[in-house]
Amino acid sequence: MSPELGQFSLILALLLAFVQFTLPIYGAWRGNATLIGLARPVVAGQAVFVVLAFALLTYAFVTQDFSVAYVAQNSNLSLPWYYRFPAVWGAHEGSLLLWILILNVWTVAVATFSRRLPDALMARVLGVLGFISFGFLLFTIATSNPFLRHLPALADGNDLNPILQDPGLIMHPPMLYTGYVGFSVAFAFAIAALLGGELDIAWVRWARPWTNVAWAFLTLGISLGSWWAYYVLGWGGWWFWDPVENASFMPWLVGTALIHSQAVTEKRGSFRAWTLLLSIFAFSLSLLGTFLVRSGVLTSVHAFASDPKRGTFILIFLGVVVGGSLVIYALRAPKVAGGKAFKFLSRETLLLINNLLFACAAAMVLLGTLYPLIGDALGVGRISVGPPYFGFMFVLLMLPVVCLIPLGPFFRWAMADWRSTLRALRPAFVVAVIAAIAAKLMTHDLPLRGVVGVAASLWVGIGILLYASNRVRTAPRGRRFTPEMLGMILAHFGVAVFLAGVLLVEATSIERDLRAAPKEVVEIGGLGFRFEGVQRTQGPNYIADEGTIDVLQGDSVLTTMHPQKRAYSSGSAPQTIAAIKPGLFSDLYVALGEPLDNGAWSVRIYVKPFVRWIWMGGLFMMFGGFIAATDRRFRTLPARADEKTAAPASNVAQAAT
Amino acid sequence: MTPTRKRRLIAIGLIVAAVGIATALTVFALQQNMTYLFSPSEIDAGKSPADSSFRLGGVVLEHSLQRSPDSLKVDFVVTDRFHNLPVEYTGILPDLFREGQSIVATGKLQGNHFVATEVLAKHDETYMPKEVADAIAKAKAANLSPKN
Repeated sequence: MSPELGQFSLILALLLAFVQFTLPIYGAWRGNATLIGLARPVVAGQAVFVVLAFALLTYAFVTQDFSVAYVAQNSNLSLPWYYRFPAVWGAHEGSLLLWILILNVWTVAVATFSRRLPDALMARVLGVLGFISFGFLLFTIATSNPFLRHLPALADGNDLNPILQDPGLIMHPPMLYTGYVGFSVAFAFAIAALLGGELDIAWVRWARPWTNVAWAFLTLGISLGSWWAYYVLGWGGWWFWDPVENASFMPWLVGTALIHSQAVTEKRGSFRAWTLLLSIFAFSLSLLGTFLVRSGVLTSVHAFASDPKRGTFILIFLGVVVGGSLVIYALRAPKVAGGKAFKFLSRETLLLINNLLFACAAAMVLLGTLYPLIGDALGVGRISVGPPYFGFMFVLLMLPVVCLIPLGPFFRWAMADWRSTLRALRPAFVVAVIAAIAAKLMTHDLPLRGVVGVAASLWVGIGILLYASNRVRTAPRGRRFTPEMLGMILAHFGVAVFLAGVLLVEATSIERDLRAAPKEVVEIGGLGFRFEGVQRTQGPNYIADEGTIDVLQGDSVLTTMHPQKRAYSSGSAPQTIAAIKPGLFSDLYVALGEPLDNGAWSVRIYVKPFVRWIWMGGLFMMFGGFIAATDRRFRTLPARADEKTAAPASNVAQAAT
Repeated sequence: MTPTRKRRLIAIGLIVAAVGIATALTVFALQQNMTYLFSPSEIDAGKSPADSSFRLGGVVLEHSLQRSPDSLKVDFVVTDRFHNLPVEYTGILPDLFREGQSIVATGKLQGNHFVATEVLAKHDETYMPKEVADAIAKAKAANLSPKN
């Protein structure tokens, strides 16, 4: 009975979504207060039914109702209870429902926390969000219904894909989707502003905290995904430039450009049209990402099962959303006013460069990701674009970004004094250069990448700390660190940590694939690895070959590692579970390959210095995003006078923020 | 020319130059890192590049896997059921590597065998990568038509 209730809830939610995007927008156009007033109750109603549908699907998983086809395909009796929750979003149908659930959570949050916004604008924002929800609900009901029955019920289900049976995966998709979907709010604000012709900068101020929070979630989601790939895929990489990863990375790149461009538009009024366009693109790339992952047009290491019918639907929806919003943009953009003038040497210029480079990086990733598709369509052959393309182009585009980051906070709006900036940053430059030379001299064979990593990380990190200390010295007590500025400092410091991690792990990792006979000791990176053989062990729903490897420092055993090779009882593919000894400065990573003769195994032994810094950097950036979003300034109405003739005092304060 | 026009001209010139450089770099990087996929039949017909790296798609022939006794070197045969190609690889094979399953290997042709630097098998064991399936279908069409 309950699956039918779930289905019914979805249909009711679809109808309410239809009401949500038609009547309030019409009401806002006609100035009809009754129809405008409909928006919030309808949002609440839709959310109730979506939550109900999601709860019923979860219930079906927890109670193992194998009469539901989706449950039967993605779980079985031996699946531990704690994996029955992530199993809900372990495959296509459920992950779409999660998408819709998260969209509804965002919509309710916008409706709840934006009570001070003009009613008409609010009605339009909620209307646009309703349209997106309508599209996805229609898609789910028409092509990917998670509540379809399989009668008679099966005695046991298939299995949740074993690579998804992992604690990292409980959190990764919800965080990633929260980020993805969160860009819909900035998108909705931009479209609402365009529809209403209210192209002053007010909408940007209200949209900023939402964009920051969405970006922070996306940062967390991508970091979690990278960490998960590192220990689950069993070969120690943290980023593969795989289409599915690129799908989440493109919205992140445009989102990064967007949060910077929003800052300029909100504070100075410049880049208004560009901010509108970026808002549209950030969300369009989120939709494109969903399309790429869900339609299966691209061959990917993730290789989710896919269905061309679904791809067609998302492609049409993508066309409507992107095409429609660009048409609205083209009609309205000529009315967008310019902002305050700025000199070449100014914070505006730096942020413009930031935006150009991040937009180029996103375009570069898009080109590389879609190139195989284009090649296939043009009949030039079956092409794949290798990771070195992305690596080369990305480094090239991000190099200027890294060089300019510390200048950003020191540069003032409109007109910057480059002499004082360079003077203030001199210690960072000197330390970075000396440390890079010292690193090169002390380690004989540190590759160029490592040297650059040390220099870049210290330049950015110390540069940003110098700015923080400069604030402490010059700004009046109590106004030193607004949440917005604190967030900026943290996020940029995260970039420094991330840079150190990436470049040092790429430069100094030791990776050995070798044949290990029992009791044999192999020396890698100054440590001895003694292979003690492999034994059978039993897990809740799998049998594993568990290896034992003693790590020796001199004659004493430093630690013992237990990598596994699991065979799940459902008979699906074997899983390599790497054993990792994490460390702040270095990870030891051991994975089993295949059994060879005489009890020998092929074994991967990796030493990964500073690999954790990659994800730590991501966490810093995430906290930066969240903290910046809490700034109380975003919740106030911008004063009209502020935009025209700012008092000198507030001008100074603004220049500093 | 007024100063404004002059400034605009410089700006446009700079933008054109930047776009040009960016395009050139992108095309260069793409060409360096683009690899095509070929089936054993296409390689047999001499369609694959002689000295640059490409991808080989096909099925691992049953009972063809041979391991070296003292290193991680393995030899096996990849087939599209019409032509076979011996493959040599040194390293750890992916979890899903099985005889009779489809794989994609990256590497170069050396004489009449393929030296792989990377071997990929897909996560889903019932799933054959679309490009491998296409390659096998094409090989089928090409090999059957002369006989009919």
